Amino acid sequence: MKPDLHTLGPLIALIALIVLGALLNSAFLAPANITNVLARSAFIGMIAVGMTFVITAGGLDLSVGSMAAFLAGIAIIAMNAALPGLGENWGTILIGMGVAILGGIAAGFLNGALITKARIEPFIVTLGTMGIFRSLVTWLADGGTLSLDYGLRTLYRPVYYGGIGWVTWPIIAFALTAFAGEWIMRHSRFGRHVEAIGSNDRVARYSAIDVGRVRLLTYMLLGLLVGLSTVLYVPRLGSASGSTGVLWELEAIAAVIIGGTALKGGRGRVWGTVVGVLILSLIDNILNLADLVSPYLNGAIQGVIIVLAVVLQREKRTADER
Amino acid sequence: MQRRNLMKAAALAAILGGAGAAYAQDAEKKIIGVSIPSATHGFMGGLNWHAQDSIERLGETYPQLEFVLSTAGDAASQVSDIEDMMATRNIDALVVLPFESEPLTAPVAAVKDAGKFVTVVDRGLSQDGIEDLYVAGDNTAFGRVAGEYFSENLEPGSKVVVLRGIPTTLDNERVEAFQAALEGSEIEILDMEHGNWNRDDAFTVMQDFLSKYPEIDAVWAADDDMAIGVLEAISAAGRSEEMWVIGGAGMKQIVERIMNNDPQLPVNVTYPPALISSAIEMTALNFVSNAPMAGRYIIGSQLITPENAEQFYYPDSPF
Repeated sequence: MKPDLHTLGPLIALIALIVLGALLNSAFLAPANITNVLARSAFIGMIAVGMTFVITAGGLDLSVGSMAAFLAGIAIIAMNAALPGLGENWGTILIGMGVAILGGIAAGFLNGALITKARIEPFIVTLGTMGIFRSLVTWLADGGTLSLDYGLRTLYRPVYYGGIGWVTWPIIAFALTAFAGEWIMRHSRFGRHVEAIGSNDRVARYSAIDVGRVRLLTYMLLGLLVGLSTVLYVPRLGSASGSTGVLWELEAIAAVIIGGTALKGGRGRVWGTVVGVLILSLIDNILNLADLVSPYLNGAIQGVIIVLAVVLQREKRTADER
Repeated sequence: MQRRNLMKAAALAAILGGAGAAYAQDAEKKIIGVSIPSATHGFMGGLNWHAQDSIERLGETYPQLEFVLSTAGDAASQVSDIEDMMATRNIDALVVLPFESEPLTAPVAAVKDAGKFVTVVDRGLSQDGIEDLYVAGDNTAFGRVAGEYFSENLEPGSKVVVLRGIPTTLDNERVEAFQAALEGSEIEILDMEHGNWNRDDAFTVMQDFLSKYPEIDAVWAADDDMAIGVLEAISAAGRSEEMWVIGGAGMKQIVERIMNNDPQLPVNVTYPPALISSAIEMTALNFVSNAPMAGRYIIGSQLITPENAEQFYYPDSPF
């Protein structure tokens, strides 16, 4: 079997970044730094895996960053409200987790239903819900910050910081999500339907695929993953505000595209997405560790690397198709 | 982003339009328009709360005054807000905290040319002499007071890292004053990065500082939202004993910890979000009293210590 050239571009970029980082600073490959980078990639990473399905099916979701902030907000409110009744224990925290996950599924259903049932463009629907979720969390926080009760936070904290040795729970959750996502995309009927709809939804419809249902499910899956990443995000700082999760949607979409999934749909690469997420976090990490350029230019460096990663992958593809 | 802000502006215009229709003309009344940035982070959240609080209080005290408050997500929608206030509410005075200096200068000058009383808060306009009253915090003092605390309380040869805010002139003024105050103290600034006045960004930047530098004696987080992210990163790395952190602006959770003599948070530097209250109050006094209310009013930055922390603690404010 010929090696898949499409996936090599981003992988080469990732390896180049790792080599660059190791050359610039010896602290780069220290276990603590690797743990930090992987753990902070987990939020965007899990969301990006969900986004891969939505984009592969020809959709788009701009609301995920605001949705994460909103879910973090309601989870914190729920836990603080349950505290006097249930006390400081895992029961209270499970309620918060449940609120985040069910809320995520419900929010995904809302987006998906508006897109598939009301037949509104995904861009417009999720642009609308993006504003709605963001305003709701600012309103709930009264313009300030929602903070989890201190005792509960101490109890909940190991969910972000704890784990098995250096491998913390967010890393484990991210890895499991990636494996499951890859399996679903490659080997399940749902995954094949998603790709079929993205390449040509009319043909998919004639092939007796329930296009609306599959599309709706991709948004609900994404909502579920946003909920799960919120479960991991809340214990990190124990707070949510209007500035939580700003621009996460664009980072997730960028990671998906860097990874080789076509923005027009039809071809989903979960592993590519994982590589894309790691590239984005590593750029930030290396720029902080290295003093290469003025911090004013960090955004420009990121932009150049994103475009380069995609260019690399496009050239391989056209060479392949020729 | 652009589209989202457009939507916000449209929603705001709808609200303003609705309020305008319900408004009955009253010749005796003076109307004061207040235009501020929306609550996007802790400090602005506090500022919004104080603005609403003083409007409510002044509205009850002086029935002859009426207030119009609008919040904007960016400079362009703030300009539209001000134009709407002039066109539909016929305001007598404008209290404005400009989102950015350049784009707001001409629209505010137009309000002034129409003969209205103009109060500019915190961020100056790019031309002098437009406003009647200027109320602001002191960014230079904000950096200097923190810098002085560092140079007085650290041994020569100590190493510090600095988290900067969103790249702006305001942030530059603070950092320059901080560096100037450290001059001659032989304290080394290892590194400075932008944490954008955001908890998550500050957390990430501090994690990377901790990986990069085996020895850090103190951190100037320059903002209390950033201080919270920084503290969390330090505690996750298990290096809480090694360094202390100075934030800024007087967030209530931080002030509370200073009151309790937290060794990791020895002091804080004020940059009160309540400065908007001073501005609204003074503008109101211009209409209800004979006290002269023109000129410049600069609110100094003070050092909050465990001894005086109580007087800076506002439990009701969201910030």
